[in-house]
Formats: sequence, structure tokens, C-alpha cells
Amino acid sequence: MSPYEDLIIDHWRNPRNKGTLEAPDVDVTEANVPCGDVVRLQLRVRDGAVEDVRFDGRGCAISMAAASLLTEMIKGKKLEELQGMRQEDILDALGGVIKPRLNCALLSYRTLRKALDSLGARERIRGQKAGAEEKT
Amino acid sequence: MRNVCDDFPVLQREVSGRPLIYLDSGATSQKPKQVIEAVARFYRETNANVHRGLYQLAVEATELYEEARGRVAAFIGAHPEETIFTRGTTEALNLLAYSLGEIRVGPGDEILVTVMEHHANLVPWQVLSQRKGAILRAVGITSEGELDLEDFRRKLTSRTRIVAVTHVSNVLGTVNPIPEIAEMAHGVGAVVVVDAAQSVPHMEVKVRELGCDFLAFSGHKMLGPMGIGVLWGRREHLEEMPPFLTGGEMIREVWIDRATWNDLPYKFEAGTPPVAQAVGLGAAVDYLQGLGMEEVRRHEERLVAEALEGLLARDYVEVYGPRDPGKRGGVLAFNLRGVHPHDVATLLDQEGIAIRAGHHCAQPLHRLLGVPASCRVSFYVYNTREEIEAFLSALDRVWEALGK
Ligand SMILES: Cc1ncc(COP(=O)(O)O)c(C=O)c1O
Repeated sequence: MSPYEDLIIDHWRNPRNKGTLEAPDVDVTEANVPCGDVVRLQLRVRDGAVEDVRFDGRGCAISMAAASLLTEMIKGKKLEELQGMRQEDILDALGGVIKPRLNCALLSYRTLRKALDSLGARERIRGQKAGAEEKT
Repeated sequence: MRNVCDDFPVLQREVSGRPLIYLDSGATSQKPKQVIEAVARFYRETNANVHRGLYQLAVEATELYEEARGRVAAFIGAHPEETIFTRGTTEALNLLAYSLGEIRVGPGDEILVTVMEHHANLVPWQVLSQRKGAILRAVGITSEGELDLEDFRRKLTSRTRIVAVTHVSNVLGTVNPIPEIAEMAHGVGAVVVVDAAQSVPHMEVKVRELGCDFLAFSGHKMLGPMGIGVLWGRREHLEEMPPFLTGGEMIREVWIDRATWNDLPYKFEAGTPPVAQAVGLGAAVDYLQGLGMEEVRRHEERLVAEALEGLLARDYVEVYGPRDPGKRGGVLAFNLRGVHPHDVATLLDQEGIAIRAGHHCAQPLHRLLGVPASCRVSFYVYNTREEIEAFLSALDRVWEALGK
């Protein structure tokens, strides 16, 4: 059998950054409901960069390997850089994924986008509050 | 049974550089050249709309369409007037939930289904219950994966108006005891709707022996084309029921403000029907009768027994449904411990083996089994013991690659 890319098998068997963080700055979960895959992603942010990251979840080898790989890719990166990250980046890093499995491969990417949106919204609220305080 | 593989052109092709091993006939069957040719010949030689033209071609097309109906009706031991062509099982069940629901179900009435239903025999009844203020209840299963008849007896009440049950579960493979169910249901005055999508293709089914009131199945799962299926119903019910779709063909007289309905079965066949597909289904029925349905059933029982034994012998596999091949149809659902079914399907695909992975349109059942999804293999006339062996040894390689 030509199995999955060795990289996928490796990350499936030995997931990196798996677990949970104490007091993360953001903690989001996304799921592929029809297949039951779930990814939880936690980030600690310092000086506009990802200081630490953990993922947790369950699902197929592709979704779990992609999540593990993603944590390696984003650790230490500036949030602005992550905003520019594209789907293709994770797919390329995985060595290509067949069409029917794209959803599995991109679950953790969607989770990351949710985390960034949630951080961004918080920044905006903080900005608005600061603006409002200046006015009073 | 004679080796029929040569009749199936698609089985001659390769996938991932290997000969295709197709183990997903429960989703749709492959088509023999006799069926493909019947469809092509219709378009080449006879294509015309039916029941309308006065010219030779239209007369011939109509004859072919009605001949096909006659053959399908005879196949299930039914009258042609009670045999309605639909787009498939799903449409047939929706037709019933609408038309039968209209005359039989009112506020506070009960509809009884089972937890092993395909969504096609569940969601239409949900919608009907909501529309009419009726109560939908579901019969459970035993730990063996068989219908819990005690639970059935408990949930069958004098308010039960419709019992909708699958003949063969498309996940557990369980063959349900329809004659027994029908007798009990009729005892409280309920009508019995049977989803036969997984039975009619695989075993001899005669409607009078089942004792049900309605039977629905799909042509594409029994060697026929996609887009054609059958609803059989007892005349007395069909006469009483209002039409589902309205328009051409199903009417007799039309005024601006009203219309009268055509006779059976046309009352339920609005618009231009799928004529070539019906002709193809007729050819499929011929083909199956040529093999003999008893022989088809015996062949599948042997394959199921072999696959079941192989799966049960692997301690990393969990099998769902009855252990006795005699109590099963031609489907087998299972999981590899800790491995997602999608991974199993993808890795087997790389060896040219096509299996299904997912919830198989039976989410409530999977919730009950405590898994989000499962792998499923399903067999038909063209599958062989060698294919089962190839599948089982490929499964060992999947386990080596991903098992923990
Ligand atoms: C038990 C059962 N019921 C209903 C259906 C729906 O059939 P179709 O999609 O042909 O309408 C299927 C097949 O998918 C089935 O296995």
C-alpha cells in the first residue's frame, strides 16, 4: 500500500503541541459535523506574536496531522503574518491532499481563522473603549 | 452462480493502477451492458414522449414504458396499476408522507418509525408530524442490532396510524420481520410502509407475502439506471389518496378552477416520466430474473459470511449488526479501533477498493452506536470471494499504517 505521506503518519502518531494551555488568550473550537472531527485551538499571544499554542481534538488522521502541523507552523509567528496565511500553505505543507479530504485538511486552518477573528474583535473592542474613554 | 463480471463494463477499469474492487453496491449498483444497451437503444430507436403521441414512435415508446412497468410489477408480485414509477425510494416515501399523511394523520395521531431508518424514511415523517401536529415515535434495537419487537409492541397504540420501517437496514444489515410487524400494525388499524431499497435488489420480495400496504425501492441499486424507482401500494389506499405532484399526465379533465384525476397508476405520475430509465429498469429485472433471485441471495449470503468471519477474526475491528449471515442483507458496517472511517476508505481507495465511509444517511443510528461514522462494505452479484480476501488483507495494511 502507498500509505499517507510519512509526514501525515508521523504527526498522527506523534502529535506536536497537543494538550491545553493555562490561561490562553484565545480558545476556540471548530468541527466538521458530518464526520465528527473536532479541533480545539488555544493561543497565548505576546507582543503581537504567538508565544505558545496547543491543540486538542479527535478525528481522522488527516485532520489531526494537519492540526499538529499547523501548530508548528504558527508558533512564534506574528499575528499579521498569520492573517496572510492561505489555505494552500497548509495543503502544501501536508504534501497535497485529495479533493474528498480537503475539509479534513482545512479544519484546523478554519479554527485558526476563528481564533484570529476572535483576537481581532477583542482588539477592536479594546480600541473602541480606549477611544470612548478619550472622549469623556 | 455464473461469473457475471464480464457483463459489467465499469468493472473492467482500473483505479490507482489496480483492478477496481467495488464494495459499495448499497449506495448504487454497477450496470450490466444489457441495461446500458437497453437505455441506449431506447434513445437510438424509439425516443418519444409517452401517452401523448398518435404516431408510431410514441406508440412504441408507450408500449416499452408499460412493458417495463409490467415486468417490475411481476418481479414483486404486484398489479401494474398499483405500481407507480417515481424518481427513487426518496421520492416514493415523500409522496406517501404527503398523500397518505393527508388522509390518515391528524393532531395527536402517532407515526411509528425505527431508529435504524435511512433519513429518507425518517425526515418525511418528521415533517408530516410537524405539519399535522402528530407524534413521531421510534422503535429501538437490541444489543444484537435487531429490531426490538418488545419495544415495538409497547409503542404501537390505538393512535398509531402509520408504521414506516425498513426491510433491510442499510447500516446494520438486519432483515426485519415485516410479516410479523404488518400483522401487529394491522391489529391496531395502522398502515405499513416498507422501505425496500436494500431488500428488493438482493432477495425475492413479494408484496403479498410481506403483508405490507406500501413498498418503496430504487432502480439504481438493482442494476438499473439512476432516476427511476418504484412505489407499490394497495389499490384501496392509492384510490383514496390525493395526488402528490400535479400537472400533465395525472389529470383527466381540467377547467380553469378545478381538475379531475387520472386512473391509477397515472394519478401519481405527473409530467414526463423517465422513460428510458424505466426501460433500463425493465432490463435490469430481466437480468436479475435470469440469474434467479434465490441464487442472488445465496451468493451474497456466502460473501457476507466470508467477510463477517474475516472481520470478526480481527481484534482491531468492531462489527455492527447481527452475527448470523442468515439474518443479514448484503451490507456490513464496521470500524477499526481508533481509526476514522474516512482514513480507512482513503487508504483502501489507493488499492483500488471502493468502500463507503460516513453516517450512511443514518445519523440517529450512529448516535445510538456511539460513533460519528462507520465503514461499510456491501456486495452484489459481481463480487467474488477473491475480492473479499483482497479487502481483508488490505484492511490489515490500513491497521498497520494507522492503528495505535
Ligand atoms: C434503506 C434506504 N432507504 C432509502 C434510500 C434512498 O434511496 P434513493 O437515494 O435512491 O432515493 C437508501 C439508499 O441510499 C437506502 O439504503
